[in-house]
Amino acid sequence: MRTICLYFQIHQPFRLKRYRFFNIGNDHYYYDDFLNESIIARVAERSYLQTNKVIRQIIKEYGTQFKVAFSISGIALDQLQLYAPEVIESFQKLAKTGSVEFLSETFSHSLVALKNKDEFVRQVNEHKQRIKELFNQEPTVFRNTELVYSDKIGADVADMGFAAMLTEGARHVLGWKSPNYLYCNSINPRLKVLLRNFRMSDDISFRFSNKGWSEFPLTAEKFAGWLKKLDKKEETVNIFIDYETFGEHQWMESGIFEFLTALPGVVYKSTNFCFSTPSEIASNLLPISTISVPYPISWADEERDLTSWLGNELQVDAFNKLYSLTDKVARINDEKIQKDWKYLQASDHFYYMSTKFFSDGATQAYFNPYDTPYEAYINYMNVLSDFSIRVNSLIPESTDEQEIANLTQVIAEKDELLHKYESELKKLKSTKTKIKAAAKSTASVPVKGRKSGSPKKEKTNLPKAGKK
Amino acid sequence: MRVLMFGWEFPPHISGGLGTACYGLTKGLHSVGVNDILFVVPKAYGDEDISKVNIIDAGEVVISDRIIDYSTFFQKMHFIEVGTSLRPYSTPEEYEKLSIENQEKSKYLIQSSFSGKLSFSGGYGHDLFKEIANYAVVASIIAYQYKFDVIHAHDWLAYPAGIAAKLISGKPLVVHVHATDFDRSGGSVNPGVYEIEKAGMEAADKIIAVSNLTRNIIIEKYGIDSNKVVTVHNAVEPLADHELQKRERSINDKIVTFLGRVTMQKGPEYFIEAAHLVLQKMKNVRFVMAGSGDMLNRMIWRVATLKIGSRFHFTGFLKGDDVYHMFSLSDVYVMPSISEPFGISPLEAMQSNVPVIISRQSGVSEILQHAIKVDFWDTHAMADAIYGILKYEGLPKMFKIHAKEEVDNLKWEHAAEKVKEVYQSVIY
Repeated sequence: MRTICLYFQIHQPFRLKRYRFFNIGNDHYYYDDFLNESIIARVAERSYLQTNKVIRQIIKEYGTQFKVAFSISGIALDQLQLYAPEVIESFQKLAKTGSVEFLSETFSHSLVALKNKDEFVRQVNEHKQRIKELFNQEPTVFRNTELVYSDKIGADVADMGFAAMLTEGARHVLGWKSPNYLYCNSINPRLKVLLRNFRMSDDISFRFSNKGWSEFPLTAEKFAGWLKKLDKKEETVNIFIDYETFGEHQWMESGIFEFLTALPGVVYKSTNFCFSTPSEIASNLLPISTISVPYPISWADEERDLTSWLGNELQVDAFNKLYSLTDKVARINDEKIQKDWKYLQASDHFYYMSTKFFSDGATQAYFNPYDTPYEAYINYMNVLSDFSIRVNSLIPESTDEQEIANLTQVIAEKDELLHKYESELKKLKSTKTKIKAAAKSTASVPVKGRKSGSPKKEKTNLPKAGKK
Repeated sequence: MRVLMFGWEFPPHISGGLGTACYGLTKGLHSVGVNDILFVVPKAYGDEDISKVNIIDAGEVVISDRIIDYSTFFQKMHFIEVGTSLRPYSTPEEYEKLSIENQEKSKYLIQSSFSGKLSFSGGYGHDLFKEIANYAVVASIIAYQYKFDVIHAHDWLAYPAGIAAKLISGKPLVVHVHATDFDRSGGSVNPGVYEIEKAGMEAADKIIAVSNLTRNIIIEKYGIDSNKVVTVHNAVEPLADHELQKRERSINDKIVTFLGRVTMQKGPEYFIEAAHLVLQKMKNVRFVMAGSGDMLNRMIWRVATLKIGSRFHFTGFLKGDDVYHMFSLSDVYVMPSISEPFGISPLEAMQSNVPVIISRQSGVSEILQHAIKVDFWDTHAMADAIYGILKYEGLPKMFKIHAKEEVDNLKWEHAAEKVKEVYQSVIY
């Protein structure tokens, strides 16, 4: 059975407000509420709710035959709960239909996988928990932020117990190979890897309304025609796109909703393709080969690498400064600190610092609040300065705790020592009684009183030291 | 193609961006094949010889006419020096002061209007407009004596000369607008200057503006047809090795520099306000205002009022290598200009690896990407940018690599190529 895998990404960062160096140390609220709320409200209305409606319609018509997967970042969930709870409800309704699978990702939509495994695991677990709470599903398939993937990250994800992971079908990784098969990780082959068909995905997400494109206009029939033309052996076509494609990147007027509405019908009628979720593909298909990705890839830009987030000195500096706080933050049990820590990790903050669009001139960051990457960097670093001041001010308290921990360890060591002495004492006593028994037979009385006195003294001293 | 160019200052007599631009452009033109330039330059560096004007009175222009070998780039450069006390950046008010000082030395000057009719009153030329007109007279005589295909006049003081040359020769005129009086005066435009500027622009067949900012002023404030105005951004000459040399620092503090004329146009007061903000948060930083001008005393007074004098230093006017010395000591260069038609000094700072903060109200901000841009009035943003560069090491690292590369790619040849196209479009 050949299949299409539809997966939609939903993420919106908490954008930072204009934070001057004057605010450092005085102002601990970093977010531009007005901007964030208006963006969420706009995208919810134009895209999320509209598209959910269309998908509900499709599911009503085709039932569980039709399948779709979503990944919603924890930060996006937080924002939706704050500004557009109706979107969450709408997803909850979809979750109940049985046609929808929710994927796992990092809570913060962060690039932590490149930096720190412990923190990576923590963020994934937190996100998992949130998905369970909201949608009553336990994700078995993982998608990393921006589809960032490497052999090493894949192996880490496999360690967390996931069955499959999604990434880009990057040309430089695949070479002559096709993304339309299931692959597996080269370190731990138990982890299946689904590769994005970037041509057909981008046809929808980027080129759909481009009148200069040779295939314009794209209709469901034309799309199904492409599916039919694929090699008969190819098993899956993975369409991984941003959910905002519907109604925001491609406006309603472009006919994108009509395209989506018509697609399942046309696919069922004219091709032998069906729809599956990533977890179904992972369990139904056999991996055709391992895929070797020694250096991280992503789904961004022509290069499909990390240069959009970690391509220049500003980004690298900010990224390293942020993660230099990891250990300290982990020791702080403060709700506000933990929340800011999550929100400051969003990959978007680094994306705004990219200087790549200087050269290609084309890609303007979506909803980028900054005019230049320099502004983005300065603003972020100001916020981060304040954040690290807060973190450092809380650390002394926990060094006290550390001291207490150290002291209890000392006590434990002394207790152990006590035990040793006690057992030694017992041994000595028993040997003494043996000697006594031996001496009794030879009748020597005076030794007894002196020898039993000194162990008693020791006994009363030792517990005191232990209590201290 | 032969160009009659009314330009300004040539090395070693350079006092500002205008001379640098003229020099760079001529050099660039030479490398794109326009190597026959008749360069008319007012000989105005203090040792000007006013006696030559007497000879105009006799109906004959004697001008020093020499061919100089600027060995490295110009095989042949035809220089025509004209004795006049005109100097760039003159304002009518300044000129009056200056020429009154010179009155005793001068013997005889003509009074004329540049309509072609000369009226020799024999009075003293103590006002700039008369001198400009005299320059125009000389220009018309030159235009009569030499053959050329196109006239190129730099900055408003030379426009009348350009117009006169056009009237005599019938050749097309290109005026090059390096600044308008709207930039220099901050809005309170001198009507006499405006009139000359407008006359020059109207008489021109094509106008070259140094930035889109200036182009818009030309179109909007002078009512010129937009089809006639072309933007050609300036470029910058690569620095010599000795200019790039890093100097030893005597203090550990970070240094933030303002370098330019201390006049309203350059916005020095915004620099001081930003400095005041930064100093409230940072201790190990010093601010330097290098340059002089009519606002200098007010600036010193302001610094004293804000009680930041121990961290804020004035150097006075810097020239030659001192400028590069200053750059090599700087950690940040700030150009808060209120209205800057182009602004070449940030480019020089970038050549010296100094991160720059420039106002959005400058022509140079149209072409720079690796610079922090702020609105000149937004002193908080300016202070924030200064703080950021001093505090977060990512920025200087970034600038060291990319800004230098960017500025090294701004070549006069590219600008000259565009100027050549302008010439070709006006020569029928």
